[in-house]
Amino acid sequence: MTTKVNPAGGWQPSVREQERRAARRALRRRRTAIATLASVVAIAGVAVALLASPGWPRVQATFFDPEHARDSLPAIVDGFWLNVKMFLIAEPLILVLGLAIALVRQSRSPWLVPVRGLATGYTDVVRGIPTLLLVFLFVFGIPGLGLQGVTNSIFFWATAALVVSYSAYVAEVFRAGIESVHPSQIASAEALALTRGQTMRFVVVPQAVRRVVPPLLNDFVSLQKDTALVASVSLFDALFTARDYANYNFNFTPYVVVACFFIALTVPLARLCDWLARRIARRERAGAL
Amino acid sequence: MTRRSNVVLEARNLRKSYGDRVVLDDVSLRVEAGDVVCLIGSSGSGKSTLLRCLDLLEEIDDGVIEFGGREVSDPLVDPREVRRDIGMVFQAYNLFPHRTVLANCTLAPRAVHGLSKADAERRARDLLMRFGLGEYADQHPDRLSGGQQQRVALVRALCTEPRLLLLDEITAALDPELVGEVLGIVRGLAEAGTTMVIATHEMSFARDVATRVCFLDGGRLLEEGPPEQVFAAPREQRTRDFLRRVLPA
Repeated sequence: MTTKVNPAGGWQPSVREQERRAARRALRRRRTAIATLASVVAIAGVAVALLASPGWPRVQATFFDPEHARDSLPAIVDGFWLNVKMFLIAEPLILVLGLAIALVRQSRSPWLVPVRGLATGYTDVVRGIPTLLLVFLFVFGIPGLGLQGVTNSIFFWATAALVVSYSAYVAEVFRAGIESVHPSQIASAEALALTRGQTMRFVVVPQAVRRVVPPLLNDFVSLQKDTALVASVSLFDALFTARDYANYNFNFTPYVVVACFFIALTVPLARLCDWLARRIARRERAGAL
Repeated sequence: MTRRSNVVLEARNLRKSYGDRVVLDDVSLRVEAGDVVCLIGSSGSGKSTLLRCLDLLEEIDDGVIEFGGREVSDPLVDPREVRRDIGMVFQAYNLFPHRTVLANCTLAPRAVHGLSKADAERRARDLLMRFGLGEYADQHPDRLSGGQQQRVALVRALCTEPRLLLLDEITAALDPELVGEVLGIVRGLAEAGTTMVIATHEMSFARDVATRVCFLDGGRLLEEGPPEQVFAAPREQRTRDFLRRVLPA
């Protein structure tokens, strides 16, 4: 590669180039103006349709009552902390378990054949079972067996149910990522005499993981919301707290408050993933012509 | 015909940099109808970047590109309108692996040029047949050899009947045995009067087909002239050094 740094910035953009830059700026300004206009029109349109609808005052009183929001807030914050805890515990376990299942399904070792069948069955069966049923099964079923030394904690078993359910989905996401890595990559790793395990670890999985970040995020977000499923087994999470409040006061505002909490958790995570993906892309394609 | 209407493409004082690395520095190039311009020079001299700039795949930092008498480096010009009339072939073929050979070749004629399925397929099959690829029309590109894939890529570019063909080191990824079959086609195109700009490492090929040879070095167009002159009596020392390295003694 010939590198040639311009001595002391001797080049000055020509008149034509300056005109072009002005034209590009004008184009950009126009795009920004159109984007702003389109956004304003869209948002205003929705707002008007909402506010002008005949039933809006009643809906507002039922769903968007600031007083009820304030009253229910402390309890919901407490409950939401339980959702966050559950999510933070479950997510790493899901990633590890999901990747392990995906790797087992990809393995070619004869020793792992029985496990491979198990992993295939696991993903097939677990994905077919509604997550809510899994939560019931784990929370009521397992303690119901009366096994010695097994905890009866609802929180523990509810989290376990989520881990089982989501690891099956995540395993399939990982597997899709692994299979999308071009065979030539595997060939060149094998040509370097790497074992299959090493090929996976150093070449295939890193590329696969990068590719599946967006769908993984999808599952993360879904998991965050599904932590609310534990409301159905009477665990005082954000949703159960909100339902409790709503039933006492005949007002649905707490549900909206809960939704806001979940959104507040999801959006930063989405932005973080975007930022990570951009950073990886920048680093790997830097200087590529 | 006036001289003006004969000029297919004219680039003046092109400049392109990535960060503080200047890859094209004050490059001017004029291509007339029927010209076969060969760009030579070592890797990183700016040949590929020049072609990419001409096809408006890269935004230039300065200079002017005119195609068919119209300035196309103007930000107000829709680059797709320009690329309709320019064909480009890449070093790594860049065929679409999920489409058959025929579907690769009929995509642009149908989606961009509005040909009917039957017309597009007739044209594609004709060209594939002419280039000895008739039997592969319904296969997927990855089943073909490198030389065959590159010939398909050429056919794909030709199917839109471009006024100008840009070839970016199209034989660099091929083994010597397969280079011939691809260059043979390009030679045929040159004889048929196709206007082309070719970045190439194949010196003997450049000497044979070029109407003009341009030597690029460090982003500058150092020397330009008919092949007999550039190869036999280069004016610049850098050209002489380069040719000594790449030409068999």
